[in-house]
Amino acid sequence: MSTRVGVVTFPGSLDDRDAQRAVRLAGAEPVALWHRDTSLHQVDAVILPGGFSYGDYLRCGAIARFSPVMETIIEQARAGLPVLGICNGFQVLCESHLLPGALTRNDHLHFICRDQRLRVENASTAWTADYTAGQEITIPLKNGEGGYVADERTLDELEAEGRVVFRYLDRNPNGSRRDIAGVTNAAGNVVGLMPHPEHAVESLTGPTTDGLGFFTSVLKKLVAAS
Amino acid sequence: MARVVVDVMLKPEILDPQGQAVQRALPRLGFDGISDVRQGKRFELEVEGPVDEAALARIRELAETFLANTVIEDFDVRVEETAEEVAP
Repeated sequence: MSTRVGVVTFPGSLDDRDAQRAVRLAGAEPVALWHRDTSLHQVDAVILPGGFSYGDYLRCGAIARFSPVMETIIEQARAGLPVLGICNGFQVLCESHLLPGALTRNDHLHFICRDQRLRVENASTAWTADYTAGQEITIPLKNGEGGYVADERTLDELEAEGRVVFRYLDRNPNGSRRDIAGVTNAAGNVVGLMPHPEHAVESLTGPTTDGLGFFTSVLKKLVAAS
Repeated sequence: MARVVVDVMLKPEILDPQGQAVQRALPRLGFDGISDVRQGKRFELEVEGPVDEAALARIRELAETFLANTVIEDFDVRVEETAEEVAP
């Protein structure tokens, strides 16, 4: 039986189809999950895609966090289900308190869209095992509210525990504290980042294929576990 | 019917680039002497029934879990007197 990776569609999600495509290219079966679903349809992992769920009303990710599908995802993520949040998905994970910190408006106020160089700081999470620590990758970044903030104590904890998964290279694109582009929870099954690996899985459409490793990482982990 | 107002503001240590952009526009518009602007949100909740301690406690819970993200924001809950209560 093939590995099933759920991709949630909220009203306002944009990158759900690209995430499904990336899952397929990595060799797993993408499963569309709807925001009103309470069942996850026996998926082995979940991706929360980019976009503007519920129009980004109130705060980015704040309303999505209370959707029926998220209630189940929060419960199962705490029990070890691999969950990847990309861009708006990262914001949803922070609003859900599955990941610490919050995403705030870019310090220069501009929406930013460019290919971004990152350093993989932690290659032992469910979503980064196919990379090596210190590896540099380039994937697209596109957001208006991508400034990662947390209090100093939380930032120190994240650094000490190796939970900063990605850091921006060259220049900080949005004012994120300590150049943080992505973080993980203590168990390493939940990862969130602002840049978009699902847009860098094919040389025809992406700047690189550096993003494919996210999807092959989780696939290998799940196959090894079964 | 009573109105409860919830104000939500970014914490002082969180950068507010929107507020800064507003502040920087002021001299150009001829408004001098304003050294800082912070932008926040105001929610007006029309409450059915009495606004007693129990109702306010529920609203504080609502503000803490939903209206504000307490990682980056502070909130303030207060009851707003309606016109009929002020002038019976």
